[in-house]
Amino acid sequence: MLTVALIAFALFQFVGDPISNLVGQDTSTEEREQLKQDLGLNDSIVVQFGRFVGNAVQGEFGRSYRLRKPVKELIAERFPATLELSLLSAFLALLIGIPMGVYTALNRNSWLSQGFMTLSLIGISLPTFLIGIFLILFFGVMLQWLPTFGRGDTVSIGWWTTGFLTVSGWKSLIMPAITLAIFQMTLIVRLIRAEMLEVLRSDYIKFARARGLKERSISFSHALKNTLVPVITIIGLQIGSLIAFAIITESVFQWPGMGLLFIQAIEEVDIPIMSAYLLLIAFVFVVINLVVDILYYSIDPRLRMD
Amino acid sequence: MSLLKIEGMRVEFPSRRGSIVATKDVNLELAAGEILGIVGESGAGKSTIANAILDLLDPPGIMPKGKIFLEGERIDGLSLDEMRKIRGRRIGMIFQDPLTSLNPLQTIEEQLVETIVTHLDVSVARALERAIEMLDKVGIPDPAIRIKHYPHQFSGGMRQRVVIALSLCADPDVILADEPTTALDVSIQAQILDLMRKLVKETGVGMIIITHDMGVISDICDRVMVMYRGDVVEVGTTQKILGNPDHPYTKSLISAVPRPDKRIDRFPLVEYIEEAGVAHKSIDVKTHWLGKSRDFDNSKSEFLVSVKNLEMRFRTVNSIFPSKRKYLRAVDDVSFDIRAGEVFGLVGESGSGKSTVARMISGIYTPHAGNIFFDGADLTALSSRKAVNHYRRQMQMIFQDPFSSLNGRMRVADIVAEPIKFHKLASSNAEVKSIVNDLLDHVGLGAIAAKKFPHEFSGGQRQRISIARALATRPRFLICDEPTSALDVSIQAQVLNLLKDLQEELSLTMLFISHDLPVIRQVCDRVAVMRDGKLVEVADSEDLFKNPQSDYAKHLLDLMPRLVSA
Repeated sequence: MLTVALIAFALFQFVGDPISNLVGQDTSTEEREQLKQDLGLNDSIVVQFGRFVGNAVQGEFGRSYRLRKPVKELIAERFPATLELSLLSAFLALLIGIPMGVYTALNRNSWLSQGFMTLSLIGISLPTFLIGIFLILFFGVMLQWLPTFGRGDTVSIGWWTTGFLTVSGWKSLIMPAITLAIFQMTLIVRLIRAEMLEVLRSDYIKFARARGLKERSISFSHALKNTLVPVITIIGLQIGSLIAFAIITESVFQWPGMGLLFIQAIEEVDIPIMSAYLLLIAFVFVVINLVVDILYYSIDPRLRMD
Repeated sequence: MSLLKIEGMRVEFPSRRGSIVATKDVNLELAAGEILGIVGESGAGKSTIANAILDLLDPPGIMPKGKIFLEGERIDGLSLDEMRKIRGRRIGMIFQDPLTSLNPLQTIEEQLVETIVTHLDVSVARALERAIEMLDKVGIPDPAIRIKHYPHQFSGGMRQRVVIALSLCADPDVILADEPTTALDVSIQAQILDLMRKLVKETGVGMIIITHDMGVISDICDRVMVMYRGDVVEVGTTQKILGNPDHPYTKSLISAVPRPDKRIDRFPLVEYIEEAGVAHKSIDVKTHWLGKSRDFDNSKSEFLVSVKNLEMRFRTVNSIFPSKRKYLRAVDDVSFDIRAGEVFGLVGESGSGKSTVARMISGIYTPHAGNIFFDGADLTALSSRKAVNHYRRQMQMIFQDPFSSLNGRMRVADIVAEPIKFHKLASSNAEVKSIVNDLLDHVGLGAIAAKKFPHEFSGGQRQRISIARALATRPRFLICDEPTSALDVSIQAQVLNLLKDLQEELSLTMLFISHDLPVIRQVCDRVAVMRDGKLVEVADSEDLFKNPQSDYAKHLLDLMPRLVSA
């Protein structure tokens, strides 16, 4: 985290001069110096970095240069949108991807698995924005069933705004979530299939068969559980990247999430938002990795030694 | 009526380039309470029989011809559901590798109870009782506690006991054991064989043991069936087959098994195998490249290699605090000397540290403490790469697994040429090429082999490539780490003969590591016995076999399976 903090902090040092963004053309040099002094920009780098980390730990990232609002508020506003979108699409990807992967591994030669594999190849090759645009064209423009942008109506629960509780929220959510889920889903299908085929060839599956256990028990409680051990790592990382890289989907659907905020921040060289985003995403990855490790521990007894 | 009967079984593996026939026309009968051994070398079709009985052939295997009867009832061609009621319930199967045949994510209890409940009409509580009884029966101490454990918490031998309990827990009439002790140490092997013999006697099941090991056959089987390339060549009582075989293949196979009881000059070859025809060409060391510029001909001392108080530790528990770290002492205060020109054996069970010693001498591992002297020079004190390479060139290593010790993406010519180029032993590429061809010819492969890739060769041929590679630096010290334990007996005989010839011809000094006592007796001049990282005994090999001093060496010699002689 500290390393990421250093990079985030370095953004301030190297990407443009904040003062010239803050003030107009006709500000005098004295006033600029005064401002620098007030903002603490004349202190040594180490002191500035210490202050930066100290603030970051408290969730304080300064004010956005562009929107003139505290970054904390902006993020809090946008974070629920991104999180809901990512979680729903992760859920969709797992819900559809795992059964499809298991099916294609167990019935390798059936026409349905061949079909699934072809679809997954298409899904993995098509760029996200293209899928998004096609969905908008079809359901949004031609059929006019679903809205093409925004989050719809949201309900606030404390500082958290949710789209899960209104019909229009769900309607707006469904297309971006599918768009985001498709790539992950196809990845999960292929991963589960490859890993499961490997497990099905193993000795203990053959021994289970030789003991006359039921096929369903062999496939699910013996094979699938062993398949999940390596797959969990990748799935965890993928969920992390769902949150981090929802940027493209968010821009296509004008989804008011952090990705969109970040894109706009880059256009305007809004460094506080950029660095806060960077830190937050790094934090999300760390948390997810921790969860993955704990899951590992609970699934695989071999890690529980000592 | 026989318990299990097979008539005219033929198994094929269809492929794009025509079918591969795994078994041609197998007939066998098994009576209750009988142990039938099926013996043969790899590719003979032994395991195929067991898999075909349970309809567990790996795809695309099929059985186009043949009938299988279980107590007079035909069981081939049953539906999957009907077959499942036979698997485990009436025919149990034991697999080779206990480390991989248990589901690592389930406790022993889950695996046993599931199997019992699937087959017997009992409650889960009753199944648990039975599971504990089974574990007790196969000799697992504290079964009520151990049943809650996961497979990784058991040692290899204990796991094989669990596997046996799993195969027996639904009370089958027939047990098929596919190489049940191949992956185990000798002492564990003896225990498992005892257990199986006892269970057969107690329960009256019929058992088929599939093995390549004549020792196992002579130890436990009533009758033996010998297979060669999918054909049954001979069936008879164990006494008859081992003592007075009729078929020439059986005869040569038995003669190729290293004899534990006396030392013979050369291994008889299994003439039945085509590869055996390759003759070893002798060379004149004075004119040949291999004998040229051996810049180390006059040894400074009697001992070429000396090891003093060698110690190696592996960290098992890691911690930032040195005091909390835990170590496994893989090699603990080991000292021995190897005379120039002798074959020094290192014997011990798995985990005894014998390979670790070899790796330290060859420089793969750096010893934690102690010294290694090579021709009077302390290798542990060398600092410059040049000095190290000077000695490295003089010692070469041959590894156990011929399938993973050769780079599959390099041509054989490049594999053998690499050490020559690295140590700059030849002046031109043309010279390198002629040396490589010569070496390959010398190990019995022929120069045509140079253009091929390793996967085009069989295990024995690959081991010959490894030997050629080791010889390419004109070494005077060869470290052979279980060079033949992955090979069939007939191939083992060829490779050991080749090593013996080379050793005599080039007056090589060898460190020969093996867990196989008969092989040690045939090959080595002196032997060191290791146990748990410590040296137990060092003796001339004939002395060791006739009159072992330490208890452990006596114990190992007792366990050594002996062929019954009629």
